[in-house]
Amino acid sequence: MLVLDLALKSLRNRLLVTTLTVGSIALSVALLLGVEKIRTGMRESFSNTISQTDLIIGPKSGTIQLLLYSVFGMGSPTQNVSWEAYQTWAAHPAVDWTIPYSLGDSHRGFRVIGTDENFYERYRYRGGQPIEVAEGKPALEVFEVAIGSQVAAELGYDLGDQIAVTHGMGGFITHDDTPFTISGILAPTFTPVDRAIYVTLEGIEAMHEGWEGGVPPASAMSFGGGPPSDEAEPAEERWTGDYQPTQVTAFFVGATNRRDVLSLQREVNVWEEEPIMAVLPGLALSEMWNGLGYAEEGLRLVGVFVVIVGLLGMLVSLYTSLDARRREMAILRAIGAGPVRIVSLLVLESAVLATLGAAMGVAVVYGGLSIAQPWVESQFGLFLPIAGLAPIEWLYLGAVAGAGFLIGFVPAVKAYRTALHDGLAVRV
Amino acid sequence: MTETAIAVQLEDVRFSYGRGPVVIDVPSLRLEAGTRTFLHGPSGSGKTTLLGILAGVLRADSGAVRVLGEDLTSMSGARRDAFRARHIGYVFQMFNLIPYLSVLENIILPVRMNAERRGRIRASNPAEEARRLAAALEIDHALGSAVGALSVGQQQRVAACRALIGSPELIIADEPTSSLDHDRRDAFLELLLEACEGAGSTLVFVSHDRTLAAHFEQEVSLGESNRAGEVAA
Repeated sequence: MLVLDLALKSLRNRLLVTTLTVGSIALSVALLLGVEKIRTGMRESFSNTISQTDLIIGPKSGTIQLLLYSVFGMGSPTQNVSWEAYQTWAAHPAVDWTIPYSLGDSHRGFRVIGTDENFYERYRYRGGQPIEVAEGKPALEVFEVAIGSQVAAELGYDLGDQIAVTHGMGGFITHDDTPFTISGILAPTFTPVDRAIYVTLEGIEAMHEGWEGGVPPASAMSFGGGPPSDEAEPAEERWTGDYQPTQVTAFFVGATNRRDVLSLQREVNVWEEEPIMAVLPGLALSEMWNGLGYAEEGLRLVGVFVVIVGLLGMLVSLYTSLDARRREMAILRAIGAGPVRIVSLLVLESAVLATLGAAMGVAVVYGGLSIAQPWVESQFGLFLPIAGLAPIEWLYLGAVAGAGFLIGFVPAVKAYRTALHDGLAVRV
Repeated sequence: MTETAIAVQLEDVRFSYGRGPVVIDVPSLRLEAGTRTFLHGPSGSGKTTLLGILAGVLRADSGAVRVLGEDLTSMSGARRDAFRARHIGYVFQMFNLIPYLSVLENIILPVRMNAERRGRIRASNPAEEARRLAAALEIDHALGSAVGALSVGQQQRVAACRALIGSPELIIADEPTSSLDHDRRDAFLELLLEACEGAGSTLVFVSHDRTLAAHFEQEVSLGESNRAGEVAA
């Protein structure tokens, strides 16, 4: 096709300007797509804060509330699930495994979670990655704790250090008389697990031994955080009883068969013996993400504006080149090129620039992703999947090419008017 | 003399740019087919404007413009463009070539633009025809060069090749020799005249340099034909 051939050769002839224009469009498109990729990465990462858990069961409250305190370690539960109820459901034939979570205590601002060995064996995050103990071993004995990687880093704790636990979040009352020994430090997960301290369910019971109605026994009461006082009797000597857990705050459930998950959820929700509820974590997480979506709209908007600026840059460069091309237009007119050819030449140039820019933008994004992916993952715990273009991304690319096509009409119409006016006499 | 033997016939043609003054006012101009006409006129006598009207790039405000038996004033702009692509070869004073095309690509541009014109080439394909014409105008050694590497004289010969390819009935040359020195001017002119004769094309050659008139079979003075020119001058 003659006009396309002319357009391509003309662009090649102005190689520097063409390169700069394509480059600026490519960068703007790369930014738009990059924002999109990071957005999806964040969404994936968020939705994968916990994975392979089919249901989260806790006391009846709001879905988001249950999710917040069980998965994200935010907010406090107002009720618990009785040990009997937990046992009942853990033994349900449709239930393969459970991870109990007992909340309510903290250590220097970090949450203390009572759980059992299933946490270390069954808990999965981001596409099925297991909890790994970086140093030491899981906390499986009454006075053992395992701490998340961020807890270890921020508080400078090491294996064997003894810590005390505060009742409630950031409260004054500490269980000074029940010192725990750090038995393990967990590997980073880039999830809220990193900011939590894990003890056994029995450990939780032990630190509350003698507490009735939410107040500690008078002898064990002291104020402030910090390490346990030297006068305290060694916990191992004072606390030797059999600490049977009496309740859990919530528990994660893995179903024997995924097909049974929905009926299991229904069964839990209508259970009459105790007011408990079950939520599907994946669904609840994406609901929650949608609630936070306004921030990503802002990012996307910025990306769109940058692309518009890139396209305007192209318009300016095409428009300013027209004066230098009046001669060329007169020659084409003399050879018999009519308005359709003149206009389509410039429209094609614009469309080709925008399309090339969009294509290069895609290359930049994928090139950048393949280089930055490991680094972003290790630095921010954000896994950016290198997947094909999503429909919305194709839409963006199509819009850029289409906008290039439409923008081309501005210089094209100007060129044709000039050519009509000039006739064959070009006053250069 | 039959009607078809008239290549160009103007009657009471008037033209002005927009609402500007009348720059063309030609009561009558008649060029026979196959002739080589020297159209002489001083600067500012409306030569280029008249050629624009003949080529159908500009449309006369009034009067009749008959080229090769067709009335250009009654045609739409698109039809005039097609008519020009098919029947007319045009050579500018200078800067004739499209800078981003090769010499060969510049020459074959008209036959790519118009299928009918392509059908009239004598060689088996446009590139062959371009080589034949380039040889006739003694520029075949430069076919592979970049346009920018050619001298002005070479560029004008390439432009002549482009005007001649596909044997258009009418060749219009607007001061094609004014940027050439004396020797090159005569050489170019001889080659152009020969090539037009070979193609059987009518040539309308415009110049302010009257010494060239000797090469042509007839001379028309635009200063006399164009009443508006006297006013403008």
